[in-house]
Amino acid sequence: MFILLGMPIVQIIIFGFALTNEVKNAKIAILDPSKDAASISLTGELNESRYFDVAQNVFSYNEIEKAFRKGKIKLAVIFPQHFAEDLEHFNKAGIQLIADASDPNVANTLVNYASAIINDYQKRVTDDKKLPYTIDTEMRMLYNPQLKGAYNFVPGVMAMVLLLVCTMMTAITIVKEKELGTMEVMLVSPIQPLMIVIAKAIPYLLLSIINISSILLLSVFVLEVPINGSLVLLVMESILFTLVSLALGLLISSGAGSQQTAMFISLVGMFLPTIMFSGFMFPIENMPLPLRIISNIVPAKWYYSIVKSVMIKGVGLEAIWKETLILAGMMVFFIALAVKKFKIRLE
Amino acid sequence: MRTLKFLLQKEFRQIFRDPSIIRIIFIMPVIQLMILPWAADYEMKNIKLSVVDHDHSDYSRQLVSKITASGYFILTDYHNSYSRSLKSVEQDKSDLILEIPAQFEKALVKENEARLFMALNAINGVKASLGSAYLRSIIQDFNHEIRNEWIQFPRFNPEPSIEIASSNWFNPLMNYKFFMVPGILVILLTMVGANLAAINIVREKEIGTIEQINVTPIKKYHFILGKLIPFWILGLVVLSLGLTISWLVYGIIPSGSFLTIYVFAGIYLLAVLGLGLLVSTYASNQQQAMLISFFLMMIFILLGGLYTSIESMPAWARAITKANPVAYFIEVMRRVVLKGSGLADIWDHLLIVGAFAVGLNGWAVWSYRKRS
Repeated sequence: MFILLGMPIVQIIIFGFALTNEVKNAKIAILDPSKDAASISLTGELNESRYFDVAQNVFSYNEIEKAFRKGKIKLAVIFPQHFAEDLEHFNKAGIQLIADASDPNVANTLVNYASAIINDYQKRVTDDKKLPYTIDTEMRMLYNPQLKGAYNFVPGVMAMVLLLVCTMMTAITIVKEKELGTMEVMLVSPIQPLMIVIAKAIPYLLLSIINISSILLLSVFVLEVPINGSLVLLVMESILFTLVSLALGLLISSGAGSQQTAMFISLVGMFLPTIMFSGFMFPIENMPLPLRIISNIVPAKWYYSIVKSVMIKGVGLEAIWKETLILAGMMVFFIALAVKKFKIRLE
Repeated sequence: MRTLKFLLQKEFRQIFRDPSIIRIIFIMPVIQLMILPWAADYEMKNIKLSVVDHDHSDYSRQLVSKITASGYFILTDYHNSYSRSLKSVEQDKSDLILEIPAQFEKALVKENEARLFMALNAINGVKASLGSAYLRSIIQDFNHEIRNEWIQFPRFNPEPSIEIASSNWFNPLMNYKFFMVPGILVILLTMVGANLAAINIVREKEIGTIEQINVTPIKKYHFILGKLIPFWILGLVVLSLGLTISWLVYGIIPSGSFLTIYVFAGIYLLAVLGLGLLVSTYASNQQQAMLISFFLMMIFILLGGLYTSIESMPAWARAITKANPVAYFIEVMRRVVLKGSGLADIWDHLLIVGAFAVGLNGWAVWSYRKRS
């Protein structure tokens, strides 16, 4: 019981805080042979920004390579010999950025942030002489102006935790009765399989409602993810998703031979596909076509998209009716399959 | 020593008697290695762009075709209603809106200055910042071209400017698979090691064969060694299988030495198996063992730095990672495979994982009681 109610809470807290693809506090190294006022002040600005942490001042390319190998830095900034002089006399100075492209996205992001800081510095140092024919770009970040990583990940963690816990809860229940022998009693009674299946789902549904509330409370108050849309809609959709997961668990339970198999399938078998195909870890649009088709079968994918839309974008039912319909369809399908697989005779 | 040999014989027989175990051990890695790297691609491409064009001039059309020619963006719609584009973003049909105001071309040529507006779906912050950076650099390029059409610049540059040259080391093709595959190998080893080892002793408890072993004069450490060694060998076999697949399918050959990888893997396996054994000595039935080992594994893997980087985590989470052997192995794998780090570069990680191995196994041996 503790596991059923406590695990989601622990997981949401741990993953909600720890999982993010934001880039901050990246360790960088500076190679600065000129050490004049300009290079020192630029270094200072890089250090002050929350994206970078100047970890080392190096004096040669060799040291840079070593630092990369030891995993101590992700980016190296290299100034030329006479940085400030070049800037003043020739109006042109070069800075070299070397990124550790083991993680290409992080490398790109770091180069972009560093370039932005350098460009800002340059604009400030030169007086605001505008070049002719300039195109200015104004940017607005919708839904998440502070670019917080939690907005992307917390809905995904919610989907993952709900799916795993609910599926696991019901996955054991039918199989356990088979193993314990109490299934015989139910089989000799005139109760319809559909009734048995539904009766198994309902208590766990109530438990899941407790889980949903604790997850939502934690997300809003501890992880600081707002609920911009209708709370009622969000809760209804969560209940729908819970029903889908419970139904999935019942399906596994009907078909599994032993408790061990049921648990194995529901935990290990659900964990990886949910992470892979729900869209919160890996962008679905990057996947080759066959994998994108598979991701449509994963219920978590639809729920993740619904949660993002309702919680963060704040839209209503008219934007998510398609996903809702798909989830409802999945629930009916899984329950029907579970009833069909429910053997009314003992093996 | 003879007892150990017999124990090993028994263990191997038991393992291979159960066909599902074999299937899990060999098929799971294959499937994961085949599917995961294709799915795990964080590269920013196919960004859906919705263009609102109030100008419909030569320049606006040139800009749009330049953007779509870049390959990063897919044009989802092109019309002149901002609210329709906004709806498109709400329904996740577009990620990014570019609005070109009326009189754009005229303003640029006659008044020397024009504005463009970008609105991005920033729920995924990294995607938004990278997408906006790409778009801005394309716009700047376009700006440059226009400027050169109208002015001839003197050789002496009137504006002080800092030129930034950037280069990417260790993965110049910016191929994401190079980043993910080493990490996936680590996950395979961890799952195989921890889960299987954990279930093993508990199953013996449940079946009852453990009683029989307990009444023999077999020493505790013989028993534990007898459980460790078969799975250790299996783990190394899975590792080799994984390395072969990554070479055959993805063309990834470690820049560093295989010896380094195997040495570290050997010690890491001991640590992970030790964890599994520890769980199984405390669990009383298979369900508990499965639940606990799965729960621990999930935390270790997700916090291990494979999918999200450790530096972005808050301080307390980073402290937890120091106690996470998975994190160390993922680091080491990446360094050895991509950067060619050698034993000298990773000896500190090696020591820490070694300490885990000794600690966990020692605890397992100590806590194993022959009388329950």
